[in-house]
Amino acid sequence: MSAGGQTRGRAKTIRHVGFLRHGGFRWLFVALVLCFGAVWGYQRFEPDPPSGGSWYGYGLGTVAALMILWLAYLGVRKRSITPGTWTLKGWVSAHVYLGMALALIATLHTAFQFGWNLHTLFYGLMLLVIASGLVGVILYVAMPRVLSANRAELTERQMLEQIEALDQQLHEAALPLSSEAAAAVRGSIRNSPIGGLHGRCGTARAVSIIERLRRGPVPDAGLDAVAGLLNKKSGALARARRHARIKAVLQAWLYIHVPATFAVLAAMVAHIVAVFFYA
Amino acid sequence: MAILGSGPAGLSAAAHAAALGLSHVLLEKTDHLSDTIYRYQKGKHVMATPSQLVLRADLDFTAGKREAVLDTWNAGTTAAGVNVRLNAEVRAVEGEAGDFTITLANGDVVHAQTLVLAIGTQGNPNLMRCEGANLPHVQYQLDDPGAYMDEHITVVGTGDAGIENALGLIADPALCNVVSILNRSADFAKAKDANVKLLNEARDSGRLQVLTEASTSRIEEGWITVERPDGEIRFRCDRVIARMGSQPPRKFIEAMGVEFTSEAPGAFPKLSPTFESTKRGIYVIGALAGYPLIKHCMNQGHDVVEYIAGNTRLRPADEPIIEAKLAGLPKGRSVDEWLEHIRQSVEILRGLSPLQMREFLLDAEVRAWPAGEAIFHKNAIGSSLFGIVEGTVLVEVNPADPAITVPIAAGSIFGEVGLISGRRRGATVRAGAGAGCICIEIPRIAALKLMGTVDAARETVNRITTERQLLQLFGSGLTAADISGILATAEVRDVRRGEAIIKEGAEGFDIFVIRSGSMVVEKELGGKSIFLRYLPAGSYVGEMALFEDGVRTATVRAAIKSQVVRLEGEGFRRLLEAKPQLARSMREEASARRKINRFIEQKKESFSGVVDMYSSVANFLVTEGLGEATDVLLIDEKLCIGCDNCETACADTHDGLSRLDREAGRTYAHMHVPTSCRHCEAPYCMTDCPPNAIRRGADGEVFIDETCIGCGNCQRNCPYDVIRMDKKPGKKPGLASWLFLGLGPGPGEPDTAWKKKHTSPEAAKVAIKCDMCAGRKGGPACVRACPTGAAIRVSPEQFLSVALMERD
Repeated sequence: MSAGGQTRGRAKTIRHVGFLRHGGFRWLFVALVLCFGAVWGYQRFEPDPPSGGSWYGYGLGTVAALMILWLAYLGVRKRSITPGTWTLKGWVSAHVYLGMALALIATLHTAFQFGWNLHTLFYGLMLLVIASGLVGVILYVAMPRVLSANRAELTERQMLEQIEALDQQLHEAALPLSSEAAAAVRGSIRNSPIGGLHGRCGTARAVSIIERLRRGPVPDAGLDAVAGLLNKKSGALARARRHARIKAVLQAWLYIHVPATFAVLAAMVAHIVAVFFYA
Repeated sequence: MAILGSGPAGLSAAAHAAALGLSHVLLEKTDHLSDTIYRYQKGKHVMATPSQLVLRADLDFTAGKREAVLDTWNAGTTAAGVNVRLNAEVRAVEGEAGDFTITLANGDVVHAQTLVLAIGTQGNPNLMRCEGANLPHVQYQLDDPGAYMDEHITVVGTGDAGIENALGLIADPALCNVVSILNRSADFAKAKDANVKLLNEARDSGRLQVLTEASTSRIEEGWITVERPDGEIRFRCDRVIARMGSQPPRKFIEAMGVEFTSEAPGAFPKLSPTFESTKRGIYVIGALAGYPLIKHCMNQGHDVVEYIAGNTRLRPADEPIIEAKLAGLPKGRSVDEWLEHIRQSVEILRGLSPLQMREFLLDAEVRAWPAGEAIFHKNAIGSSLFGIVEGTVLVEVNPADPAITVPIAAGSIFGEVGLISGRRRGATVRAGAGAGCICIEIPRIAALKLMGTVDAARETVNRITTERQLLQLFGSGLTAADISGILATAEVRDVRRGEAIIKEGAEGFDIFVIRSGSMVVEKELGGKSIFLRYLPAGSYVGEMALFEDGVRTATVRAAIKSQVVRLEGEGFRRLLEAKPQLARSMREEASARRKINRFIEQKKESFSGVVDMYSSVANFLVTEGLGEATDVLLIDEKLCIGCDNCETACADTHDGLSRLDREAGRTYAHMHVPTSCRHCEAPYCMTDCPPNAIRRGADGEVFIDETCIGCGNCQRNCPYDVIRMDKKPGKKPGLASWLFLGLGPGPGEPDTAWKKKHTSPEAAKVAIKCDMCAGRKGGPACVRACPTGAAIRVSPEQFLSVALMERD
C-alpha cells in the first residue's frame, strides 16, 4: 500500500559548490573567529613575560592538541562512510580552515619561545604538515581540470587498452620489415613504460629509426604504416604518462602530509609527557 | 472429454479426469508432453509463484530445474493412467456440445462430448515456404545453442528470438560455428534495442554475418540460396533455424465459435466462472484464459474437470487469498459479491469478465479508509492507479491551503498521473467525509495490462487523465464542464525523440500538454540554436503564441520519446475569453517565461560565449539522458581529483560491490556524466523483469529487490549500461582490523582474487544497480564521500535552468 508514503526526511540536496566555498565559507568564518579570539585573549590575559605554562597558555595548548587529534581523524573519516548526515566535503572544508587556524593558535601557545629541543621539533613538524596541506589545497584547486582535459573521456584502462591494441597492430605491421626496423618496433613494444623512471623510451627510439629508414635510398612500403602506428602510439603514451603524472602529483604531497602527521602525533605525546612530568 | 494441449493446465486436467475415471483423451501436437517448458533452456529454474496459493492438482509441482519438473510430470502422467495421444495436431473442430468432431492433421477423427482448450498463447511458428523448406535440417526452435559445433548455420528472422539464437550460437568461439542471420527488411524494427545493439557489435567484430533485405529462395543439403536487392547469393549452410514469429491461435479458436472480449491483440476469450466459453461445451483454461502462472494453470485443470463432472460447490483455489485481501472491508458480502460489486462500481473494470476480475484482484489491493485519512501525500512516490468502489475522495488542489479540495466520486479513478508519467504524486488525496471510502489499488503493471487488453478501460483512463491534467495544470477554478469543449477536440500524440512539436516562426496557437517524457525549448539566436528551458512531463507549452500574433517564438522538441495532448488553439482562446481568471494566470506564466527568454537573449548579446556554453552544456546533458532521468549523478571535473572515493563509499555501503564507474561516461565542458543509474522516469530495466523484482521506492529510487533471478534482462535493456551482474562477496574485516592488523582488502571494492576466495560457490549472479542509498538519512554515499564537492546528484528540472549559467 502506498498510503501515507511521504518521502522520508532525507538530507537536503547537497549544493553544487567546491569544498573551499562549502556552506557559504562557514568554516573559514569559524577559523577566523577562533584566530581573532585567540589573539585578543593573548593580548588581554597572557602575563608578561608570556609563556606556554600560564593558564592561558595551557588553554591554548589544550585547544591545539584537541584540534590536532580531530584533524588527524579525517584519515579514518574518509575511509569509513558511517551512517549520519555528515559529508566528507564539509569535513575537508573544516579540516582546511581549522588546520590553518591551528598554525596561529599553536604559535601563540609557544609564546615565541623556541630552542633546540623536543618542543620546537614538535612545532616544526606541525608547521610542515600544515604547509604540505596548503600545497595539497592548491593542487586540488588547480589540477582537476588539467586531469579532466588530458583524459578526454578515456578511462585509465581504456588508455592502456589503446596502447595494447596499437602494439598488436605494430607487431603485425612489422612482420614483413627488415630486421633493423623490426627490432626497433620490438623495442617500442617491449620498452615503453608508462610510469617510473625510465631511460629513453623504446617508442621514441623506434620513431627516429623508422624515420631514418624512410628517408633511406630504398624505403620499404610497409614503413609508412608502421610510422603512422608509432605516431599514434606516441600520442597515446604521452597521454597515459601525463595522466599518471597528474595523478601522482595529486597524491605526492600526501606522502609528506600523512607520515608527518604520525610524527606530529608521536611528538605531541612526548611534548605533553615532558611538560607534565619533567617541568 | 478431449483435452487439447499438454501444458501444465491440460496435463493437470487429464490427470484429474483419469483419477475420476472419466473417459478422456489428451491431444498433444508434438512428440513430448508440456512443450513450452520442454523448450526452456537446459537447467532453467522453474518458479512456483504465487507461493501462498495452494496446489490442488493431482500432479506434483515444486520449484526446481526444468528437468526435475518434467520428470515429475511425465512419471505422474503415466502413474495416473492418462490416455495421451502425441503427434496429434488438431486441424479443425466441428459440432455442438455433446458431439464434437475433432479432425487431426494426419486425417484421424476424434469424437468428444466436451472440449477443454489448454493450448496456451504461443500458437504455431510461421513456416518457411521456399523450395526445400521441409528438409530435416530446417528447424523452428533452438533448445541448446551449445549442441552444435563446426557447422554453418543460418538463422532466419531478426526478431528477439532470432537474434538471441544467433548470439547464443556464437557465444562460445570454441564451437567454431559460422553463423549468418537473415533480415527481410533493412532495419530491425521488431527486436529490442539491446538485442540490436549486441547484434551490431557481433557483426562489427566479424563474429557473425548479417544479411539485410534478404529472403531465402532455396534450401538444399548443405547450401542455402538467398535473394538480395543486388541478386542471388548461395552459401554454405548445414542448418537453418527459422524464427519468423508465430500465428496466434485466436483464429483457430474463433473458428470453433468462441468469442473474445475485444478486438485488442492481447484479448482473451469470454469465459464463465466455470471456464466455459461462449460456445457451450468448450472450456478454456491456462495461459489462453489469461493465467500465465504454472500453479494457476494446474489448479484450473483440476477445477475445470470438477465443474464438467458436475461439481457446482467447488470454490476456486485462490479463494482464501482473495478472502484475506477483502478481510479489512465491511462485513456482509461474500467474496463473489464483493468481486461483482467492485467490478460493477469501478468504471474501468466493467470490461473484465468475472473470471478476469478474480485474477485481477490477486494483483490488486482493496482497502477501506476512514473519513479524512490520507490515501497518499503530495510528492510521494507511487505509480499505482486507484479506483473508487464506494464513497468519495478529496483531492487537495492547493498545497498552501488543504481546506480547498475537489471531490472525486465513486466509480472514477485517481493516481493516474503517476501511472502514466512515473513522476511523484501531484496532490494529497484523502478519504471523503461520512463513511470514508473503499478503493482498489492497482499496481502499475496490472493497470497497463488492463489498458492493453480492455479497450474501454484504456479510453476511460485516457479521457480522465487528460481532463484531470488540464484541470490541475490550469487551476483557476475550472470545472470539468468548462473544458469539455476543448477536450472533445484534444488529441493524444506520440512524439519521437528529437521531433519538434512547435517550430519557431511557424504559425499556430495550439497548446500542448506533456503527458509523458520531456521537451526542450530552443530559440535561434545569432545563427545558433540556444537552449531556453526544459519542460518535464505535466507542463504545458505553446501559450505564448496565444497572447501574441499566433507566430511561434521558439522551437519545442522532444528530449526523449514522449506523449503530448494537443489542444486546439481556437477552442482554448474561447475558454480564456470565458474565464478571465485563467487568462490572467496564464498571461503571468507566459510573461515569466518571456522574462527568462529575454534575460538569455540579452546575455547572448553581451556575453555570447557564456550563453553558448550554457546552451551546449544543457544540450549535452539532455543527449546523455537527463531528459528522462529523475535523479542523476554528475561529476564536476573542475573539482574532481580522481580519488575514486565515491566508488569506494558505494562499494562499502552495498555488499562490497560498487554500482558506479566514475571514470567511464561522457564529459563536456568539464561536466562528466559517469556510468551510474539515472532512475529514469519510465525505467527500461523494469520493462522485462520476470519476477517483477525492479520497483520504485519511497525516495524515488529504482531498485532491485532480493527476488532477482539473475536473468540479465534488465542489464541488456538498460541503454546506459549501469547494471552489472555479479555475485555478492562475503563480508570484509572492519576498518580497524585493516588499519592496524592489515586484515582484509581495505576500504572499497575488493580485488577479483579476494572476491573469488570469499564468495560462496553456490551464490548466483544477480543484477546490481544504484538504489540511491535508499533509507540512509544522509543520502547517497557517493555524494557524501566526495572530498571536494565534485560529485552531485541533481534532478533535471532543477539543474537544467538558467542557474546552470552561473556555474563557476
